[in-house]
Amino acid sequence: MELDELYQDIILDHYKNPHNFGEGEASCTNVELDNPVCGDHIKLMLLIDENDIIQDVKFTGSGCAISMASASIMTEEIKGKKVQEVRAIIEDVLGAMRGEKEADNLDEHGDLIALKGVMKFPVRVKCATLAWHAVRDGITKCEQEKK
Amino acid sequence: MSHINVDGKQLETLELFEVEEVRNDFPILKEKFSGPKNSVLPLVYLDNAATTQKPQQVLDAMQYYYRHQNANVHRAIHKLGERATAAYEDSRKRISRFINARSHREIVFTRGTTEAINLVAHSWGRKLIGRGDEILLSEMEHHSNLIPWQLLAKETGAVLRFIPFSRSNGTLQIGHLEEMINERTRLISVTHMSNVFGTINPVRGLIQKAHDHHIPVMLDGAQSVPHLPTDVQELDCDFLAFSGHKMCGPTGIGVLYGKEKLLEEMEPFQGGGEMIGSVWLDKATWNEVPHKFEAGTPDIAGAIGLAAAIDYLDRLGMERITLYEQKLTTYALSKMREISGMRIFGMAPFRGGVISFYLGKIHPHDMAQFLDSKGIAVRAGHHCAQPLMRKLEIPATTRASFYFYNTFSEIDFLIDNLKQALEYFGYGTG
Repeated sequence: MELDELYQDIILDHYKNPHNFGEGEASCTNVELDNPVCGDHIKLMLLIDENDIIQDVKFTGSGCAISMASASIMTEEIKGKKVQEVRAIIEDVLGAMRGEKEADNLDEHGDLIALKGVMKFPVRVKCATLAWHAVRDGITKCEQEKK
Repeated sequence: MSHINVDGKQLETLELFEVEEVRNDFPILKEKFSGPKNSVLPLVYLDNAATTQKPQQVLDAMQYYYRHQNANVHRAIHKLGERATAAYEDSRKRISRFINARSHREIVFTRGTTEAINLVAHSWGRKLIGRGDEILLSEMEHHSNLIPWQLLAKETGAVLRFIPFSRSNGTLQIGHLEEMINERTRLISVTHMSNVFGTINPVRGLIQKAHDHHIPVMLDGAQSVPHLPTDVQELDCDFLAFSGHKMCGPTGIGVLYGKEKLLEEMEPFQGGGEMIGSVWLDKATWNEVPHKFEAGTPDIAGAIGLAAAIDYLDRLGMERITLYEQKLTTYALSKMREISGMRIFGMAPFRGGVISFYLGKIHPHDMAQFLDSKGIAVRAGHHCAQPLMRKLEIPATTRASFYFYNTFSEIDFLIDNLKQALEYFGYGTG
């Protein structure tokens, strides 16, 4: 296993210059999640419009390169997409990380492909999935609060 | 050559052992991993505060037991049963001598430090602690010397209070002790050596002060007993807990030392075989100490392995081990402090070979991953001390921890790779 498979340029770029990092407007309660293994922390702000489209997403937090880069990639991936479509992507990512789904599903989603490297480092999978668990919880929360 | 002072004790300048010879006793230290471009990475094991490696002598003793002595203890009339019982009880005596207990009856076998502390919280605490009573801990405790007391406090209505540590150097602010002790203080339980800072706490003075107020003291010796000469009569601690696997012994075996008088007044821990005297359907009497606390078939091979580990440590000499590790640690600290952007947590004047650090902005998990890719094993995380991390306002640290089989060239290799990590993650030295 080569270290560069984990810390691909895409990952390091996102880590050093995270996209959508900062406080933002939210249409429902913010989600906060911790990864106690690493001490990673993420807070997610989701703005979903009446047509179920993710208008904006921002995150804050601190953590290792993998967790922060994964969060940055996640925000880029879901912005402007319909909630239903995002849910499918989330399941693709989490499924691939658990080894239950084809990792090749991630190939068509831009920078998501960089997360495939994490799968070879099982201890770091939790770092990579933190943001994706957060967005899944966030969407569910927004839907519950709408009702 | 200078004398080295550990916790107020001068260690004479001793002739040290040959570390390369020592390393030959540890088969696992010859492990190699495949690195990038078909390179071979030798293991550099710097995670000794988590667990230590085992010399061949320990592995042999355990295998000998299973090949030639295996039977249940204290029950069988047959020859193997006699052998097993003798080997198990000899191990208890061996451990008793190692820490200079008054009697082997003061040595209770447990699964490790955690179980030993839980045993005291359960068997001593439940009987002798009531609502409003106070237990004094410190802010630098491992979760294993915190959660058992939280559970006890929840059950009994007792109050936990905490001796603070200094954020600047990780020493215990022992000056607060006098004002924290009052007529409701029932027990003080603190770590002898911090698993995060490496601080060796001034426990002698603490114990004396506590005893002036007739308060018993429990020491968490998980990090101290493997690295420092330990004399429980000289320390005069009332309880001491430690783990076999952190001192070249196997996992699954540990020790609770307790003064016999205290052990006598305690209730049993778990119920079952071995811990009983006579049993009726509706009642039972208890076996004598220490057997009262050892329900069920114990980890016989583990106890034998631990005794073999102690033989090994004694052969090297605990004072020599301390002295060598002090030299190694002093060297590592001086080299690490030369790296710009290096923050070291724990700069106590008396400290052991545990170094927690944060370099630049590199998250400890990324640091540990990078070092692992070079064959260096360190620990990253909160080290089971979340309240301590919260006080320092950091999520985690990277921790390198040494044992007597580590070498100066391994430290050099670590330093070199810490510098490389700065380049890899692009944080330069600014």
